[in-house]
Amino acid sequence: MMKFIKKFYLVIIFIFLYAPMVTLIVFSFNNTKSRAKWGGFTFKWYAGLFNDSSIIQALINTLTIALLSSLIATLIGTIAALAMNNMKKLSKNILMGVTNIPMLNAEIVTGISLMLLFIFFKYRFGYVTILLAHITFNIPYVILSVAPRLKTLNPNIYEAALDLGANPLKAFFKVVFPDIMPGILSGFLMCFTMSIDDFIITHFTKGAGVDTLSTKIYAQVKKGIDPKMYALSTLIFVTVLVLLILVNYTPNKEKQRRLKGEKAK
Amino acid sequence: MGNKLITLENISKSYGSNTVLDELNLYINENEFLTLLGPSGCGKTTTLRIIGGFETPDTGKVIFDGKDITSLAPNKRQVNTVFQKYALFTHMTIAENIAFGLKIKKKSKAYIDDKIKYALKLVNLEDFANRMPDSLSGGQQQRIAIARAIVNEPKVLLLDEPLGALDLKLRQDMQYELIRLKNELGITFIYVTHDQEEALTMSDTIVVMNQGYIQQIGTPENIYNEPENAFVADFIGDSNIISGTMIHDELVEILNVKWACVDKGFGINKPVDVVIRPEDVELVKEDEGTIKGIVTNIIFKGVHYEMEVMANGFEWLVHSTSLFPVGTKVGIRVDPFNIQIMNKPESEDEEAIGVEE
Ligand SMILES: Nc1ncnc2c1ncn2[C@@H]1O[C@H](COP(=O)(O)OP(=O)(O)O)[C@@H](O)[C@H]1O
Ligand SMILES: [Mg+2]
Repeated sequence: MMKFIKKFYLVIIFIFLYAPMVTLIVFSFNNTKSRAKWGGFTFKWYAGLFNDSSIIQALINTLTIALLSSLIATLIGTIAALAMNNMKKLSKNILMGVTNIPMLNAEIVTGISLMLLFIFFKYRFGYVTILLAHITFNIPYVILSVAPRLKTLNPNIYEAALDLGANPLKAFFKVVFPDIMPGILSGFLMCFTMSIDDFIITHFTKGAGVDTLSTKIYAQVKKGIDPKMYALSTLIFVTVLVLLILVNYTPNKEKQRRLKGEKAK
Repeated sequence: MGNKLITLENISKSYGSNTVLDELNLYINENEFLTLLGPSGCGKTTTLRIIGGFETPDTGKVIFDGKDITSLAPNKRQVNTVFQKYALFTHMTIAENIAFGLKIKKKSKAYIDDKIKYALKLVNLEDFANRMPDSLSGGQQQRIAIARAIVNEPKVLLLDEPLGALDLKLRQDMQYELIRLKNELGITFIYVTHDQEEALTMSDTIVVMNQGYIQQIGTPENIYNEPENAFVADFIGDSNIISGTMIHDELVEILNVKWACVDKGFGINKPVDVVIRPEDVELVKEDEGTIKGIVTNIIFKGVHYEMEVMANGFEWLVHSTSLFPVGTKVGIRVDPFNIQIMNKPESEDEEAIGVEE
């Protein structure tokens, strides 16, 4: 009986978690525009999706902004984390606190302040302003995921590499970098999802005519959402699912390599 | 031996207001096993890091083989370091770790493979080439760290408390292993430790340090038998350090009793410190000793009994293989040869042994 209740509970949770997604997926195959009744199975929204240049443009904007902002934020954030790691304890703690503020700050405040900043510098709103905004809010996530890796890093391994004849650049890339790589990677992935996810900050820093998926969907809310968006959301969901499975699978590979090393003994 | 390989000239180093090394002078001979010995925080690691090139001294020079290398980058120095926490590269196999320095020097594949084999054999870990570092025990990792350093054929190997993290038995085995390695390689070892026993076992020369000052330099026998001041005497093993007066040559007064000794040249009625090792204190029948005392405490230590004897207001530490139960009245006798007289620190030395600060 107890066992049954446990299973039942689990099922309920999964239903709550996934019911919305399932609804969305079902409606992406619905042959009518109505959100209330089933009009038969169709692929036409998927077909239409790839012919709707404005949606495709928004998708491209979303992906390129996510990719570029994550890459640049990862670079800046990693360098910042490295610099902070070599600082004295007090200045390190202060800087770490300053880094945390933008993350705890309400997004709407970040969005509005960035907007004001761009206006102040008379910078034209558009693709570049969104990109800059995304880089800005992404940097703390990178610092936050790289810093702990650096903290647990044996400070002697960099010196050991120098000791064995490597110059500082080589020493960094051959021994420090591989050790903090997981932190850098997870920082990058976090940035990427944050950027794709973002609506509020993008909304305040975008110019007319430039849209990302989130702002595009928001614009459609009033006149009714185009079912092509359901199709797109379904595709994104499936992509994320596949990525997640892949990401969870990678550490196993490392473990296998280790096991192999041990067996080779 | 006999050729100066490294000379430290007037080395000073401070971190902020904390003076770690003050005008340190030291030379290290070719093929010497030299140990820097001192309590934690006395500046041993800092000295080693200055030789390795990881710290630059505020003043002074490091001379290597006749050349001033004070500001030479660590990767350009002919020394290699074995770090306190091993510092193996965890994402590389043991073989890759050992090959690291050789690959940077662009040695041929055949040469590198030979060297890996040779080094692993030298440290008795022949089968470990393809293992990852974290699948090894602490002692094994330490030996790999040594192997990784010596394949580069350094003139000097720097070792910073390499056995500090190992348990007692393994530490003793590794001590012999290190001496064997040193003899096989025929290179100079500069070894850092706070363990006086380790220093006495392995070194040709011991440098006793305290608070950034060198207290004494000498052979292990020298340091143990003839400590130059109370700090060295106290730090190197247990000892009875008693304040006394040198009456004249070969006669010293301690605890209101006159003792024959063999030291000369301290002057007349000069205050001195007297060191007597616990194993040199003989317990005899009450009226046969130089002074009378009573046994207050006994601990069995395996090889000997460690006893405390109260005599004339001083608690003597005594090591003896024969047992005198607590409460026994005994006499204390010391062979004149085993009474070691040291000058009391004068004002300027006083600073050196850290009585002031
Ligand atoms: N990078 C550093 N910054 C500030 N103080 C340091 C640094 N390295 C060492 N010290 C200080 O220098 C003193 C000597 O340290 P060290 O040479 O490591 O001593 P030991 O190795 O003999 O234990 C200690 O008081 C330590 O706190
Ligand atoms: Mg140290």
